[in-house]
Amino acid sequence: MKFPTRPVVLGLLALGFSALILSRAQAGGGHYYPPVADSVVKEECGSCHLAFPPSMLPASSWKRMMGELDKHFGDDASVDPEAARKITAYLVANAGDTGGQRYGGKLLRGVDPATAPQRITTLPKWVREHREVQDWEWRHKDVRSKANCTACHADAELGYYED
Amino acid sequence: MKLRLALSCIALSSYSLLTSAGPLEQQLAAYATEAKTANPAFAGFSAARGEQLHITRFGLGKPETPACTTCHGNDPRTSGKTLTGKHIDPVALSVSPGRYADPAKVEKWFRRNCNEVLGRECTPLEKGDWLAFVGSR
Repeated sequence: MKFPTRPVVLGLLALGFSALILSRAQAGGGHYYPPVADSVVKEECGSCHLAFPPSMLPASSWKRMMGELDKHFGDDASVDPEAARKITAYLVANAGDTGGQRYGGKLLRGVDPATAPQRITTLPKWVREHREVQDWEWRHKDVRSKANCTACHADAELGYYED
Repeated sequence: MKLRLALSCIALSSYSLLTSAGPLEQQLAAYATEAKTANPAFAGFSAARGEQLHITRFGLGKPETPACTTCHGNDPRTSGKTLTGKHIDPVALSVSPGRYADPAKVEKWFRRNCNEVLGRECTPLEKGDWLAFVGSR
């Protein structure tokens, strides 16, 4: 009996391909960032803008941001000390270089935590992923801000940032 | 009989307490006291003045937010949108009941938003007027 080379090779190829996809999916594929699950964090960080997933920045960034809330990108976003303490603890525990590493790892590649970057939109991977977005698209009345993820990523609130 | 009377008295008084002095009413009363201290001629809050405050383009705070209506929209009964695209519930109490039930939250947003539009905190008179305005819509 002849060895069934063709079906076996095809089967192995299919298996290899799905393994590749699966490993990408398990590594987050770089496009899934679990949304904020804490109600205080959701309320305080999500009334003016999307409550950005903690895994998008390293812990050092969140610590610095929470210490400068009265000057939050030009706004006074200060909260009472008890809330600030809870929010900081949540963000630090789920940051991209702590608990949220498997989701934020790719986004934070090449980022030195010591620099405590504040804008997700200046991270090298963020810039690379958005390089094809035109100027007029950013200025569109339904976009206006690079912090307005949901304008293009319809499921951003759920944590999905595919194209 | 006596017990029943006493019970209904308690029920009635607690009911009137609940309806007449909710957190919003208490907060308005506190603003009124402060307004009276600042100006003895204070004669109550005005929804008309509150509306004027709401629609005026001050442009004294952040350049992006010259007026309350920049984010809240022109119609208090429809929802607004922040500059980063976040939905804001309508400010009119009739459409958003319970919106002003937490005095600390109300104060927090007055502080932030007045600074962003007026470049300063609002006075108790302005806060009371504005709450009277949204309460009347």
